[in-house]
Amino acid sequence: MADFIQQLVEGLGAGAIYASLALALVLIYRFTGIVNFAQGEMAMFATFIAWQLVQAGVPFWLALGATLAIAFGGGMLIERVVIRPVEGAPELALVIVTLGLFILVNAAAGWIWSFLIKDFPSPFPGGALDAGGVHLSYSTLGVLGVVAVVMGLLYILFRYTKIGLAMRAVASNPASARLLGIRVSGVLALGWGLAALVGAVSGVLVAPVLFLEPTMMGGVLIYAFAAATLGGFDSPVGAVVGGLVVGIAETLAGAYVGVIGSDLKIGVPLAVIIGVLLFRPQGLFGRAAVERA
Amino acid sequence: MSAHAFLTVEDLHAGYGAGKVLHGIGFDVAEGEICAVLGPNGAGKTTLLRALCGMIRTEGVLRLDGVALPRRRPESVARMGVAHVPEGRGTFAPLSVAENLRLGAYTRRDRAAVAEDIERVYDYFPVLRERRAQAAGSLSGGEQQMVAIGRALMSRPRLILLDEPSLGLAPLVTRELFQIVRAVNERERTTVILVEQNAHLTLEFAHRAHVLETGRVVLSGAAADIRADAQVARAYLGIEG
Amino acid sequence: MSDVDIPRTARLAVPSATALRRLAVALVAVAACVAPFQLEPFRVFQLTMVLVYAVALLGLNLLVGHAGQISLGHGGFFAIGAYTAAVMLDRWDTPHVLTLPAAMAVTFALGFGLGVPALRLRGLYLALVTMTIAIFLVPLLKRFESVTGGSMGLTLSRPEPPSWTGLAEDQWLYFLALAVATAAGLAVWSLLRSRVGRALHAVRDNEIAAEVMGVRLARYKTLAFAWSAMLAGAAGAVNTWVIAFVSPDSFTVNLSILLLAGIVVGGLGSTFGPLLGGAFVLFVPTLAQDVNQAAPGVVFGVVIILIMYVAPRGLAGLAGRGGRFLDQALRKK
Repeated sequence: MADFIQQLVEGLGAGAIYASLALALVLIYRFTGIVNFAQGEMAMFATFIAWQLVQAGVPFWLALGATLAIAFGGGMLIERVVIRPVEGAPELALVIVTLGLFILVNAAAGWIWSFLIKDFPSPFPGGALDAGGVHLSYSTLGVLGVVAVVMGLLYILFRYTKIGLAMRAVASNPASARLLGIRVSGVLALGWGLAALVGAVSGVLVAPVLFLEPTMMGGVLIYAFAAATLGGFDSPVGAVVGGLVVGIAETLAGAYVGVIGSDLKIGVPLAVIIGVLLFRPQGLFGRAAVERA
Repeated sequence: MSAHAFLTVEDLHAGYGAGKVLHGIGFDVAEGEICAVLGPNGAGKTTLLRALCGMIRTEGVLRLDGVALPRRRPESVARMGVAHVPEGRGTFAPLSVAENLRLGAYTRRDRAAVAEDIERVYDYFPVLRERRAQAAGSLSGGEQQMVAIGRALMSRPRLILLDEPSLGLAPLVTRELFQIVRAVNERERTTVILVEQNAHLTLEFAHRAHVLETGRVVLSGAAADIRADAQVARAYLGIEG
Repeated sequence: MSDVDIPRTARLAVPSATALRRLAVALVAVAACVAPFQLEPFRVFQLTMVLVYAVALLGLNLLVGHAGQISLGHGGFFAIGAYTAAVMLDRWDTPHVLTLPAAMAVTFALGFGLGVPALRLRGLYLALVTMTIAIFLVPLLKRFESVTGGSMGLTLSRPEPPSWTGLAEDQWLYFLALAVATAAGLAVWSLLRSRVGRALHAVRDNEIAAEVMGVRLARYKTLAFAWSAMLAGAAGAVNTWVIAFVSPDSFTVNLSILLLAGIVVGGLGSTFGPLLGGAFVLFVPTLAQDVNQAAPGVVFGVVIILIMYVAPRGLAGLAGRGGRFLDQALRKK
């Protein structure tokens, strides 16, 4: 039993990371109807920036703050430069542009920092709390804490601030929002900035676990896709719940289903995606149908 | 054209892509009046409003209080005090009624006055006060139209553009809505352009009226005169009697 | 533009667009037959690989360009075709030629099976599912080591040129790839000119209208997926002949992305798009590799994004536009 709870906790820790990347995907999807295939790579790039800062002797938390600010600005810049020209283009064009971005960002990171794996410092102390035979490692608790704080801040932003209200208005009815004097293009850029920031959090959290390298986020992205699909691509709450569920499912499957082991764990998000799309295409919390006419 | 006009429209051409809908429209609107724009389906009424608020490309003169309206930038036109209640009401469906109203005041910085104005909108539309926490998309058509007009009022506009507010509403509800528009016009001195197909009722509430047909103004005059002239009413508006 | 000194007869002799097109096809055909005798073996090998990619891109073009569905999993079908051929060669010493129809049958069946659930998905959801499948395939191939050779892969033999041809191995492989590519190209071409082609276009351009017009949507979408997978599988089999080696890590999700990028750059929905795309997929990395290990990716990324901005119909579209421009310029006076 203790072992089971242990696995559950580990699953939550992994799930929190998937949840934050899924949240980034959902933010962009809500504002622009685009599924950003480059989200994971953007997060990876931001993580390299954090690594570079730490290498240069900047204290970890300060480096994190700076990285998030850079990610935010970078996300806005990408929206302006890369996405704006294809706004309103067919879905295929949008998918291909974000794939192009995926390849570009991945290669750029390899060019700057090489493809060798790097150690990324964990911001949390080693060791663990012992609660009735269950080890709650500080790093797992830290990951859960950071993700909870990010979710909380986003909730406050969207629920209680004027700009958050404007962002929700744009997501719901952009034409009407323009008529009220809301600068929609600015809000879209802001959405990309926020998404990049939230994604960067997932990158920084996952790097100490996986080692830092340009392909680090490829697997995480698939889990985040599964989380967003499960929760519903237009539901931020769904992304978080989906992320946690996928994380737990993955950990339990890896631990208790012998055939799966650690190498075939990637089959879990695949099964989740296909299962959800076949049986409840809008996801658990989603409103929009899968078919966007 | 009069130099004192509040809104000046001169030789206005507009359309979508290659298709032209408006072929040289001109009229003036005086400050504080309710100006009706009537005409059959496809006459260009909605296109006229879209042209005014910068949603589509236009040629010709558009001036508000002597200042040219910015082209192709609805958000800038909105910031000049033009509130457009669009076709389909522009409801932010998942947001609450109160949030919909607060969005109307998006360009304003005076928070205290905004709070007062929300109360004022609730006074005009008491049912919205009851439903303020409800998602706007769950409201009836008439109530959503009230939200839309209330949202427009929240910007303290100088000019309100109403696009077929009666669409899909019961006649009684429409009449109630028009009475409130009239009350707003009288109390706040807000100029209103009211685009409608329902000519009979509209002429009762408007001061002046312009009749559009296939993208041209075919008749202009005081609303009362147009209503009184049975021949005109029959010929252009299909009103019996 | 001054063309004063073109004599009148020359102006009258400006050929029609169709004639120009036929001329281009004939020139390409002649060049394709002569090339292996003029180039050094390494270049012949490169051209062979261009043809291999072109076959896969023909399939992808059918699905993406003509039926309007996005697949990020064609690298997976390519891999399954390659492994089908490899396992047959490895276990049973099957003659090379027989592995091609086998690979096509397997990928057709898989494509058909996947096409059924894929019917319910559109656009990016289909992209998501196919991409995940392609990713899942790699650890799966590694897992069944006894059959697939695991991470080490399988090393195989190349088809030997029959002595009567007098061809060297690289030339023989080239002609095999050329034969497969030509057959695939003709098959797709005639398919698209038939009722099926019109049905696929109707599906792409407007699903609702297509349904109203009586196109049996479900059938054509599933078939398009299956044919498309089958061509990718055929390319995979030929790839196994040419490389004589398969390993899971040659078929990562990058291959799928590369293929989609290739067809976009080559020209979606165009006849020569797959060939141009194949050349792009093969030569750009080779050229850019000299600069830096990461340079091909940077070039790919930038080119893909730029193509979407300036030429959504790809290189073939650009060439077509250039051709029309030239045609008009010649015709003007």
